[in-house]
Amino acid sequence: MAYEQSKSTSTASASADPALPPNAKKPAPVRPARVKRRMKAAQALMEVLVREGTTHFFGHPGGATLPMYDALYDFPQIKHYLVRHEQIGVHAASGYARVTGRPGVCTGTSGPGATNLVTGLTDAIMDSTPIVTITGQVASNWIGKDGFQEADITGMTIPVTKHNWLVQNEHNVASTVHEAFKLAMHGRQGPVLVDIPRDVFQREVEFDAEDLVSKHSYRAPSKPTVQALAAAAEAISNAKRPILYVGGGAISSNASKELFEFATKLGAPVAMTLMGKGAFPETHELAVGMLGMHGTACANYTMHNSDLIIALGARFDDRVTLKLDTFAPYAKVVHVEVDPAEVNKNRTADFPLHGDLNVVLQELTPLVRRPDTEAWWKQVSEWRQKHPLVYHQGDGAILPQFAIDTLYKMTKHRNPVVTTDVGQHQMWTAQFFKFDQPRKFITSGGLGTMGYGMPAAMGAQCGAPNDLVMCISGDGSFMQCVQTLMTASENNLPIKVFVMNNNHLGMVRQWQELFYQERYKSVHMPNQDLAKIAEAFGCVGMQARTPDEMERVFEKALAIENKPCVVDVFCDQEENCYPMWPSGTAIDAMIIDDPRYAKKLRMKN
Amino acid sequence: MKHTIIALVENEPGVLNRISSLFRRRGFNIESLTVCRTESPDYSRMTLVVDTSDTDAEQVQKQLAKIINVVDVQDVTHEPIVVRDAVLVKIKADAAARADVMTIAEIFNAKVVDVSPEELIIEAVGYESRVDAFLEMLKPKGIIEITRTGRIAMPRCGTPVRAMNNA
Ligand SMILES: Cc1ncc(C[n+]2csc(CCOP(=O)(O)OP(=O)(O)O)c2C)c(N)n1
Repeated sequence: MAYEQSKSTSTASASADPALPPNAKKPAPVRPARVKRRMKAAQALMEVLVREGTTHFFGHPGGATLPMYDALYDFPQIKHYLVRHEQIGVHAASGYARVTGRPGVCTGTSGPGATNLVTGLTDAIMDSTPIVTITGQVASNWIGKDGFQEADITGMTIPVTKHNWLVQNEHNVASTVHEAFKLAMHGRQGPVLVDIPRDVFQREVEFDAEDLVSKHSYRAPSKPTVQALAAAAEAISNAKRPILYVGGGAISSNASKELFEFATKLGAPVAMTLMGKGAFPETHELAVGMLGMHGTACANYTMHNSDLIIALGARFDDRVTLKLDTFAPYAKVVHVEVDPAEVNKNRTADFPLHGDLNVVLQELTPLVRRPDTEAWWKQVSEWRQKHPLVYHQGDGAILPQFAIDTLYKMTKHRNPVVTTDVGQHQMWTAQFFKFDQPRKFITSGGLGTMGYGMPAAMGAQCGAPNDLVMCISGDGSFMQCVQTLMTASENNLPIKVFVMNNNHLGMVRQWQELFYQERYKSVHMPNQDLAKIAEAFGCVGMQARTPDEMERVFEKALAIENKPCVVDVFCDQEENCYPMWPSGTAIDAMIIDDPRYAKKLRMKN
Repeated sequence: MKHTIIALVENEPGVLNRISSLFRRRGFNIESLTVCRTESPDYSRMTLVVDTSDTDAEQVQKQLAKIINVVDVQDVTHEPIVVRDAVLVKIKADAAARADVMTIAEIFNAKVVDVSPEELIIEAVGYESRVDAFLEMLKPKGIIEITRTGRIAMPRCGTPVRAMNNA
């Protein structure tokens, strides 16, 4: 069996235009005589960045990238954001990419600058975020000699990039960067890295933008066959208990419109993953909530009992399936996926449809008939009514759910962009903040990278300058990339950071409580004055200490227009996140409501 | 079961590293891997054997196909193919033992390629099980060292050749 690949190698003379046969010569362009200009490779690199539409460049300079920064000096149209740690640059590029749908661009110097990028690249490959990374490398004659600040960054990042290049020939700099942009966006999106030795940046080249050809041509992903589409359509039309399982691919593929048509034609329940939130309007009556470990009971029951899973840009990740051999035992699977390697990886697909989701849905929707789901909906609605997401705010400390729910109600009319860090606050945000549009909820799903939230918010604010951009964070995660605040404040980026401060690494504390007999170890962080930290970085720092004053403080924070602002929300220290379906268990192990709540109530009375 | 996968890859530095990195990271167990030059200087051809389930073999193939430098991948386990394995074996063969060793070599169509008063190097090419049988026969004579290519495979004559730049 052979798998069709959508890449092919083109020789230098071959055209990269997908519409032409592989060996056809390019038709002569109708334009004035072309001028080749002599310049340094670093300048040619800048020319390519501009051509690829780069307006924001997140990075930190160093010895090996000095020639690149020297070239950047003459390109004011590329705005450089000086991050205070390269990890922040790559996460910012991620936030930018996810809010705009275009590749984010970042850079670090050789050695430590490059290795500091590795976490962000790993985050990006896990969440299929398109990022182009440029790293400096030691001079060519020092490669392999362990010279000062040499790191084998292409070797190190093989598993965490779609591809990477060490460019040793100055004449290949421009075309490689051009190809890097193509590849980042092609098929399943993801990060790429181009490593350029210091001397290569400085060498002279002849640059002609019209000459840029990438070595590989990237054709649009193939489409499923008519037979495959018909078989899937038949299964869908005859399903009794269908569910749409929508993942991040629906957002990468810009398939929201097609998804809406498909889902409303079917009238089937729509469940989204953490990464898929907003692909379909979450306030729509068909939406049954988030799936998985901290998803709604209704979404998980619907999945478990369904007879047909229609997986759209999703990959049967363990946070959704928990235990593969007991997961959705009655269901057949239609799997629409752009990456053939995801099909049959975790769960066998009965109806695999390989292709770009929005294209496949355009073809599939006219073929399906609305299945009869009346009885199914009766059941699903019962689950929905019986197990709503709840919290019980009293007059004690602020509950994080209350703070997040309040923020949602206060801001939904402004259609905000929300980023999160990782932990309980992330899951509560996913539960209580509803999004009716894609590219509004930006979180680290696959890698679960604490420290992602603020840099991503900064990048998102760059990509969506007129949007309200908020980061909902935890006091642990906040500290991991806290120096983001400096870059945000010096660029007057009005991101709003709301820290659910429970003085703990809350999610770890929760696991120690539930699974390690309350033997709390290294999870308590009592004395962090977050508002003061924010002020020191030139941001506005605020505190919300009680449920009563909370909304007033939030209002003030939301009104700030030209500065970042951090709100330290004094939260209950022991609140746990439910529902919780522990890893590796079957669905009957799902704990839906907080078992302590009943006890707490008794104690109060 | 044993799956034979052949792949055409770009002849570039680091390609083998990308492939072995993939195998390590995904926990695929390779039995043998051969890489060699081809009729074109721009490409190398790989034959690899993985002992794994059909689903995992499908993963191996799909994950390989995602590597940019991999131009074409084919699982030829169930296709008509010619399969060979080559071995060089250095064996003790003083004057007394030499005739015996040579007879075994002859039976297996193997060739003596080097000689000293005490030792011989013999080359044998064939299907793996045949090479295994040959080595088994030689064992009692005192094998000094062995080097083997591992499986190489090629679709039989008459099967359409897949184009190099249009996978
Ligand atoms: C870089 C990194 N280190 C460790 C973890 C493991 N981890 C997951 S959640 C969590 C606690 C996060 O605490 P906080 O940011 O305060 O959020 P909370 O759970 O309290 O809302 C930790 C340590 C991680 N996800 N990322």
